[in-house]
Parts: sequence; C-alpha cells; structure tokens
Amino acid sequence: MQFFGGSEISPSPPAPTASGNNAHMMYVFNRNGVCLLYREWNRPLHTLNAQQDHKLMFGLLFSLKSLTAKMDPTNADKGNLGVPQLPGQGCSFHSFRTNTYKLSFMESPSGIKIILVAHPRTGDLRESLKYIYNLYVEYVVKNPLYTPGTPIKDLVTSHLADFGTHHELIDNHSITNIGNRHLVTGRLKEQARSKIVGNIGRGIVDAFGKECERCELFNTTLDQYVRGLG
Amino acid sequence: MAAIYSLYIINKSGGLIFYKDYGSAGRMDTNDSLRLASLWHSMHAISQQLSPISGCSGIELLEADTFDLHCFQTLTGTKFFAVSEPGTLHMDNLLKHIYELYTDYVLKNPFYEMEMPIRCELFDINLSQAVQKDRVALLGR
Repeated sequence: MQFFGGSEISPSPPAPTASGNNAHMMYVFNRNGVCLLYREWNRPLHTLNAQQDHKLMFGLLFSLKSLTAKMDPTNADKGNLGVPQLPGQGCSFHSFRTNTYKLSFMESPSGIKIILVAHPRTGDLRESLKYIYNLYVEYVVKNPLYTPGTPIKDLVTSHLADFGTHHELIDNHSITNIGNRHLVTGRLKEQARSKIVGNIGRGIVDAFGKECERCELFNTTLDQYVRGLG
Repeated sequence: MAAIYSLYIINKSGGLIFYKDYGSAGRMDTNDSLRLASLWHSMHAISQQLSPISGCSGIELLEADTFDLHCFQTLTGTKFFAVSEPGTLHMDNLLKHIYELYTDYVLKNPFYEMEMPIRCELFDINLSQAVQKDRVALLGR
C-alpha cells in the first residue's frame, strides 16, 4: 500500500465519473476509536444517536478486521480471534456491500480509518479513499492549530472566537461569514481598530487567518470531491 | 465459475450447523469455525443497524485483500456464506443452489432435527457434486 507515492502537495484525484449526491456519509476514526470527522450528505434513517452510532461503527470495523484476518484462506498461521491487529498486519477487508449501501474502508499505517458509505453500485473506492487521506494530511495534520486526537469540526470558528474574545479584537456575535478569503466579515470593535496599527498588525491577523483557512479548506475540498464521485 | 475455499451454514440463532473446507491453507478447527460463524451472525445484524436507508437486509458481499465472502440469507433467517477467490462471479447462484439442496436433502429428512448440525449423507454427496462441477470448469480455464 503506497501512501506517499503521490509526493506532490496536491495529488491529482481520479476523475469523478458522475455528479450529484452519491455518498451517504463518511467517518474518520483514529486508532483509539475517537471519531475525528463525521460528515453526512444524505441519510434518511438515523437508528441511534450520534455517539452510539460512532461507537457501533468503530466496533463493527474492529470486529470485521479481526474476522477477515482469521478467515484468510491463504495464510495458515493466524493468531486467535479477537487479538488486536496492527494496521497492515494480516488480511484486511476493503469494502462490504448490502442491498441498501456499500461501505468502503481504508486504514492508514498510523491507524487512521476512513470510511465512506455510498450507494450499492459504487465501484472500487480505494484510490478515492487514499486521496481523501492525502487531503486529511495536507489540510488537517499540517495545520498547527489542530490537536491530534480531537474531532476536526469547527476549528475555524472555535479558534477564532477564542483568539478574538481573548484579545478583545472581535465581537463574538460578529463572526457571521467564514468564506475562503475573508475570514471575518463582521465588525471589528472600535478599540480593536486602533490597536491594529500599521502593516504589522494587519500581517499578524492575516497570517493567523491563513492558518485557520487551511482547515476550512479541508471541509470544502472534501465536500466537493465526494460529491463528484461516481 | 466458482472457486470456493469454504462454506458455512448458520441457523437463525447464529449457531454453526455446517462447515466444509475445500482445500484452503486456512482450514480451521471446530472451535474456531464456531466462533467465526457466531461473529459473522452478529456483524450481519449490526450492519443492518448502520444503514442510512431503511430496508437493509445485511451484508451480501465482503471484499478483502485475498478473498471474497458471499452471504445469502433466506427468508427464515438461515445464512449460507462462502469464502471464495477475489472476483469470483455467480456465487449468489451457487449459494441459492446450495439452499435448494439444503431444503431437499436436509429439511425433508425426517430424522433431521431443526437447528442442529447437519449429518445427512445425501446432502454431502450432492453438495460435493455441485461444488466440484464448478471447480472442474475452473481448472479447465
């Protein structure tokens, strides 16, 4: 499994074959079972609440990996059922299909598990999952404001709010529109305007803004890519 | 044509009632096969819970690096699943054929107790014929 075969900063994705909403939902877990990301595009049925759903999904994958390692017909020497397998050790499954959905799974060597649930006639999504993993590495892991092992949601608004209120720069209620270029389109407090003197002040806010931007870019890029998958 | 490594039949409660290995390196002893069958039964049920759309009937195909697992669930809850080479076609037809053999030679056997392990000679003979037919076709490729 080559994860660093791409080597470019933005590896080129497989060409999307269809447009529209084909994916149902996506999960990203780390090796301890913490759900780093859960995105939902089309999910009419919610059987359990969010916490239980994440735990159930992680548990299902853990047990299925254990089952595939044990059931491997080409390998005679296997451990006992239930022994935790290292990522890459033993045979692992890459997808399963039911009559209503197809789940595609990928585990990185560091234990990051990416799961994509789509319609049953989806093709092999392994290359697409590798691309999503590369997006995760570029936009999330390399973001200095991201703490590994914590969920990847709302990094922009929460950090900006903390930064802003701490330094009395931004009125909490003014963070209205977080776009790609202009992070805060709300009003700066009057005192703040006088504090940001000259280019140095503006430069600091810009640099901070760019760091926050990179994580929001993860969400928008991911969204665009998954919607384009066939 | 099918190139199956092994076949399992589990009853509606998840207990293994039939296990046959057709020459894989990963042949298992009785205890392991029992555990795996029960594990599969539970995983099958959990996968229905996680469906984004209502009306899910469980896993039909699991694709791994070195094998594929095809599962057929009957309306009564009995599951027939087979481990085969990756990319094997027409496995669902083979499983349905095995289900027919099961109804003819096991269920219609007056000495067979429901949900118990299968010990029916005619079933074994016909099953081997059905699987061998496919394997011969495979070797002829």
